[in-house]
Amino acid sequence: MGSGHSPCASCKLLRRRCTKDCTFAPYFPSDDPHKFAIVHKVFGASNINKMLQELPVHQRADAVSSLVYEANARVRDPVYGCVGAISYLQNQVSQLQMQLAVAQAEILCIQMQQDQPPMLPPSMEAISDHDLIDNDKSIFYENNMIPQYLNYSSSNSNNVIHDSLKRESFFGHDMHVS
Amino acid sequence: MTSKSTRSRCAACKYLRRRCSPDCIFSPYFPSDNPQRFSCVHRLYGASNVGKMLQKLPVHLRAEAANSLYFEAHSRQEDPVYGCVGIITNLHEEIHGVEIELARIQAHIGIHRQSNNSEDGETSQSGHGPLQQ
Repeated sequence: MGSGHSPCASCKLLRRRCTKDCTFAPYFPSDDPHKFAIVHKVFGASNINKMLQELPVHQRADAVSSLVYEANARVRDPVYGCVGAISYLQNQVSQLQMQLAVAQAEILCIQMQQDQPPMLPPSMEAISDHDLIDNDKSIFYENNMIPQYLNYSSSNSNNVIHDSLKRESFFGHDMHVS
Repeated sequence: MTSKSTRSRCAACKYLRRRCSPDCIFSPYFPSDNPQRFSCVHRLYGASNVGKMLQKLPVHLRAEAANSLYFEAHSRQEDPVYGCVGIITNLHEEIHGVEIELARIQAHIGIHRQSNNSEDGETSQSGHGPLQQ
């Protein structure tokens, strides 16, 4: 503090000296105290610190952004957090896939009625259920962890869902609770 | 031996090396046969935060909360940078892709219907001509 360096939001909240090599300082500026407050509430400063220490520096900003998002989601929906939004979006994917299947069948019928060879546009041929699910995350779909949330509906989760739908990009700007 | 030693500790109390009381907040949701579940959740949230979150919820919602906490913790373990936000991003991209494809096919359908309607119109006009004469 003697050097004139303003403490970051985390050190202010934790009431400690903010050193030059403070892990939190680049990601929790003093002008946004809420950002650190919410991740501290959900995860705890110690856990955040450990997570950031385990990541290369160039990935820490994105990690902080995603943690802030998850923390906000958990505060808005204490039961389901982000998982409520995932469930909603999965439902949306399923509905759109059904609409797409209906449209594909209709265009095939039209083409056959016009005696055209039933050609699917290349992009349609490329689409499959397998492609639509990220293989890296498939363990959760296979183990039915996600499907149990499919029937979930809560006014709390709608805030998380609308929040996730409003934002075109999760990263590149701070996320504030509205 | 005494009856105290017959009750098995839950995964949380085993991990935390403490006595598992009959009213332990963790034991219904972190059974001893799945130690990885609690260690995963503990790594992200810490035992104290998990306990506080569960305590604040009515009992009938705690199981779902514990499951979602585990899901998020596991996602974060698999993807330390983005966690389950990565899944949300992927889903948004999938939705966007399917919407584009759907719009394209519906546009094709619209064009076909229009051309069918105009053909039908021409046919009916030519049919009426000779009759009117």
